[in-house]
Amino acid sequence: MDRAEVDAKIRELAEPFNKKGVDIKEETTFQNDLEFDSLTVMDFVAEIEDEFDIIISMNQQAEIENYGQLVDAVHKLQADA
Amino acid sequence: MSEGIIQPDQPETLEGDGKDLFSKFDDIIALREGLLASGQEDPFNLVMEKVLSPTRAICNGRETILLGTYNYMGMTFDPDVVEAGKQALADFGSGTTGSRVLNGTYQGHKECEEALREFYDMDHAMVFSTGYQANLGIISTIAGKGDYIVLDIDSHASIWDGCAMGQAEVVPFKHNDIEAMEKRLKRIPEGAGKLVVLEGVYSMLGDIAPLKEMVAVAKKYGAMVLVDEAHSMGFIGEHGRGVVEDAGVIDDVDFIIGTFSKSVGTVGGFCVSNHPKFEIMRLVCRPYVFTASLPPSVVATAATSIRKLMHGSNKRAHLWENSKNLHKGLRDLGFQLGTEEPQSAIIAVIMPDLERGAAMWEALIRNGLYVNLARPPATPANMTLLRCSLCAEHSEGEVSQILEIFEKSGKEIGII
Repeated sequence: MDRAEVDAKIRELAEPFNKKGVDIKEETTFQNDLEFDSLTVMDFVAEIEDEFDIIISMNQQAEIENYGQLVDAVHKLQADA
Repeated sequence: MSEGIIQPDQPETLEGDGKDLFSKFDDIIALREGLLASGQEDPFNLVMEKVLSPTRAICNGRETILLGTYNYMGMTFDPDVVEAGKQALADFGSGTTGSRVLNGTYQGHKECEEALREFYDMDHAMVFSTGYQANLGIISTIAGKGDYIVLDIDSHASIWDGCAMGQAEVVPFKHNDIEAMEKRLKRIPEGAGKLVVLEGVYSMLGDIAPLKEMVAVAKKYGAMVLVDEAHSMGFIGEHGRGVVEDAGVIDDVDFIIGTFSKSVGTVGGFCVSNHPKFEIMRLVCRPYVFTASLPPSVVATAATSIRKLMHGSNKRAHLWENSKNLHKGLRDLGFQLGTEEPQSAIIAVIMPDLERGAAMWEALIRNGLYVNLARPPATPANMTLLRCSLCAEHSEGEVSQILEIFEKSGKEIGII
């Protein structure tokens, strides 16, 4: 899957969690812009993990602050899997 | 250093508009001040002026029924336990002033570990200075960089801190979700070390884990299993060994973590295991090595209490009765509870929000009942909970009294 396909899939998965309908850009942050709390993060990460059959450990999650970084990480993880 | 006395060593004004390292706590300071400004007694600053028994104390000048102490088996005032402590204090002094691996292992520490081995029928037992340190130490030591820890999202802080300290890859799964756990285990790269961390009883809602299924799944993927049985020791399972015993999987788990600060009635933590190399932990586990060992009186009270808990089946039965009666009574009054059926000695009453939860807590304490107020972020799903933990020493009459206080307070606050 190329980066654009990964992006499209994650965008689709993010939609139900994006309660305020924020316009998601590469630099959109999960904590401040999307206001995800820890439980939302867990559910959202679980959806992505199941979709791409990967693990995004808490350690890796700590490095991901914005949407672009998430797409990059998932793109790399699913390529390596 | 100053070049001259005219020049100060530091800039005269701090940069950042009065911000310092404490600024990160401003939100929580504001939350707390807001709560107290409404005339609340501080739920996190209660002082017990006198403790009358395992179930009664004088709190803020009032005689109060204790329903939030985790003193499940009521061992704190057991005459044999108290006597053992006094004797050890007289014979061995007030403290060891040393690490277990240097001058801090007394006969009492060995006897305490012997009592634990017998209690759990396991080959090895290691006593830590607190339950927190037992989880911190064992988890951080056995799962290091490159290893994977798969754990329930509702795990206790000591488990999370152990994960962080060991620098393993941390992979949480949805609370008690067997399928979510299996999916994560399945995706771990081949050859990586795997540790599954579970709890027998989860202390926030008082629910138990489906250990029979979960341990089987963990074993299927070649993971080691650690189960924290802090809230079950002494009364769940035929011999009080915990949910692992009740679920029939005690022989399949690699480590059981426990504490002396609940059913045992003092302070301290432990790990028991049948792993043939377990004893090496004493040399490589930093939270075990780099702290002073428990005072002789504490290990003496713990050992005595553990041995008495081996024969506590009557008390156990009464505690279950209490748990069932309280659960049914609260539900009949119209309170929303954390579990459909009572699963442990913890009954969690779910509050509509933090404000009314705090108001209810205060009404209960005013009416002579102490429970734990648990609030986000320590709670699952950001709930505000009034956690009730029962004691085998609560009489049937006391449970009725507790229910009366809940009814009165709930009506005062208008949540029932």
